[in-house]
Amino acid sequence: MRKITIPNTRLEGHGRVDILLDDDGNVKDAYFQVIEFRGFEKFCEGRYVEELPRITPKICGVCPGAHHMASSKACDAVYGVNIPSTARKLRELYYNAHMVHSHILHFYALAAPDLLLKNEEAAKRNIFGLIELLGKNVVMEVIESRGYAQKIQEIIAGHPIYPVSSIPGGLSKPLDEEDRKNIEEMAKKLIEFGKKGLEIFESLILRDEEIKNLLEEDLYSHRTYYAGMVDSNGKVNFYDGRIRAVSPEGKEIAMFDPQNYLDHITERVEEWSYIKFPYLKNVGWKGFVDGTDSGIYRVNSLARLNVADGMATPLAQEAYERFYDYFGQKPVHNILAYHWARLIEIMYSAERVLELAVDEEITDRDVKVDLGKADGEGVGVVEAPRGTLYHHYITDRNGVTQKVNLIVATVQNNAAINLSVKKVAQNLIKNGKADEKLLNMVEMAVRAYDPCLACASHSLPLNVKLHRI
Amino acid sequence: MRLVINWAASCGGCDVSLLDCREVVMSLAEHDVLYWPVALDFKQKDLKALEDKSMDFGIVNGAIRTSEQEEELKIVREKCKVLVAYGSCACFGGIPGLANQFDRESILRRAYVEAQSNLEGQEVIPKPETEIDGFQLTLPEFFDSVKPLDRVVKVDYYVPGCPPSSSTIEEFARSLSNPPERRFFASDKSLCHDCPRNQTKGAKKIAKINRPHELKADEECLLEQGELCMGFATRGGCGGRCISVNMPCRGCYGKLPAMVDVGDAISTIASITGNGEDYIPAPKIFDALNAVKDPVGLFYQFSLPSSLINSFSADRSK
Repeated sequence: MRKITIPNTRLEGHGRVDILLDDDGNVKDAYFQVIEFRGFEKFCEGRYVEELPRITPKICGVCPGAHHMASSKACDAVYGVNIPSTARKLRELYYNAHMVHSHILHFYALAAPDLLLKNEEAAKRNIFGLIELLGKNVVMEVIESRGYAQKIQEIIAGHPIYPVSSIPGGLSKPLDEEDRKNIEEMAKKLIEFGKKGLEIFESLILRDEEIKNLLEEDLYSHRTYYAGMVDSNGKVNFYDGRIRAVSPEGKEIAMFDPQNYLDHITERVEEWSYIKFPYLKNVGWKGFVDGTDSGIYRVNSLARLNVADGMATPLAQEAYERFYDYFGQKPVHNILAYHWARLIEIMYSAERVLELAVDEEITDRDVKVDLGKADGEGVGVVEAPRGTLYHHYITDRNGVTQKVNLIVATVQNNAAINLSVKKVAQNLIKNGKADEKLLNMVEMAVRAYDPCLACASHSLPLNVKLHRI
Repeated sequence: MRLVINWAASCGGCDVSLLDCREVVMSLAEHDVLYWPVALDFKQKDLKALEDKSMDFGIVNGAIRTSEQEEELKIVREKCKVLVAYGSCACFGGIPGLANQFDRESILRRAYVEAQSNLEGQEVIPKPETEIDGFQLTLPEFFDSVKPLDRVVKVDYYVPGCPPSSSTIEEFARSLSNPPERRFFASDKSLCHDCPRNQTKGAKKIAKINRPHELKADEECLLEQGELCMGFATRGGCGGRCISVNMPCRGCYGKLPAMVDVGDAISTIASITGNGEDYIPAPKIFDALNAVKDPVGLFYQFSLPSSLINSFSADRSK
């Protein structure tokens, strides 16, 4: 008996895969563990609730915007206010720029090396290796385009990694005309870049026989439930909407308002990982198995496409149709399709940023409402880049936080990631033979989900008591 | 140049801030980066295999809270001639350091037992060792508190900020080839010194402490409008990014060099609060105190683990 441990790299946070081999060197079991842990739920207690849209983005520096949005929506709900229409649009504009940044970062810096440089040695399989493969100009364009997405967020929120402008009741600052024009120009460039990303997928990745086979074969597939947010027309929406869950056969099994999440989601704890294992309450937990009887569900790009009826913008809709035509089925269960789905979402977000940037209401000065006493409880939900994100706050009448509950995107894929690493390891590792490339193929199963382990491990145990001053 | 970039208890934002600087990414491609877990596939064994002091720079973001992070930090220290604490968590403990206000047990119970979405009746808390089919699955050991890097190893340079601003990063990147004498990549003067709203200051007293959503005027000094803006007690260098969208500073660049502790700011605030009275009657003092319900969260938002009250309380608990 032997254990192979892979410390995970090229993903956000501290995780590892443990592969347990029997005496013949075949895989008996495999575990994906998150080995870090903080304490946001607890240490947010006692804080003014309006500080949480500033504090909770520190859960994750890759998707701070998702926490900023979910948190400020939860704050709006705590005060029982509807924010002005312009504030809502500005938040959505900001948030779509955020999605573009996060998806570009994951696809090009973290995931693409697996797809484009899979046969290179480990030292070359990274963004610098891509510079050699695609040329400096293409990589510069990637960096520049991500730069536009960051710049748009900075204009609205103060800083792309440290967003601060979203507050209970709206935004702290309206958008000036000069900034609006600037955003409009950048959005047009992002649309061009979005098209290019889809082209790269078609021309470089879908034409690679090995990757094409992996996309179509069973190795990286699981039949699970999916959940994600849709707008009133059933289209993918990142900022607001209702949550739809579909079965492995694609049948809608739940459609609920985000504040009712506790009726649908339950979290299990396993003592060997610092992140929990959510499942669909009404289907139930059947252990680490997939299929219709198991309440394991998945979130993130592929799940969003699987639960939705389409995309709300024309170019993204075209890409969406091409995606399902290619696979000839819906839902698509292969996790490598998450990458393609991310590129389709970049297309949508870029188009949506432009739509909002030319909205005649977008520079209106009325971007916040006055607040009364806090109502005491509020849930704020968005689609984070990595899946549905729930913030749930309970406060006193003064808006001082009493309780915080968070279900972050990555946690919801935790059970499925465990299924995936086990399946890939079992199929690839035979008789104890596991070279670096095979082990990377196991890690690819983790990376496809784009897990964010900083997000997932928002808890940290500590022993020091402080006396309140 | 040979570099190691590592993270500890962090959110990943520091790594993103490096990727946001095009010049930095392109110049990293010219250097030998021999360990950078978020971007490259070198594993811990590769880090361990490097010769001692063979790396020119080690850049570490995040605070220290687990045995594994402390062990890696010590390895990075051994391998590198110069060690840089990058970001507010590495320099001061950062936002996750706010957890130093609570005990271990209550944090665990909140997340794993009490959270509303948890399976009712399940009282399982993750533990360092679990045996499954004769195999040990382990999780790192946790320390009693969040620590900034310099509580564990010698730190040569500090690059503060949550995350450091692009101008701070560029200045730092330029200095790699010619390390400067000063050890802090931030201004020795307060953020007020660079603040575009500095001119609007009228040396007024603050009648009432306001909360950020109660702000009225767009262009005036936030402190004088009663916002608890920490710019007056915080090093400059961030470019006033929060203030640019009408939000008060929360001190991510750290306290001014002349201050003993961030808490010094509390007496400054006390001295400018009140309607110009020299004497505030007791009931009004209670009103004023009530207005600040979370002094730790407001004054020490980024710096609790490196503050005096943290060490005082840690000693007391022993």
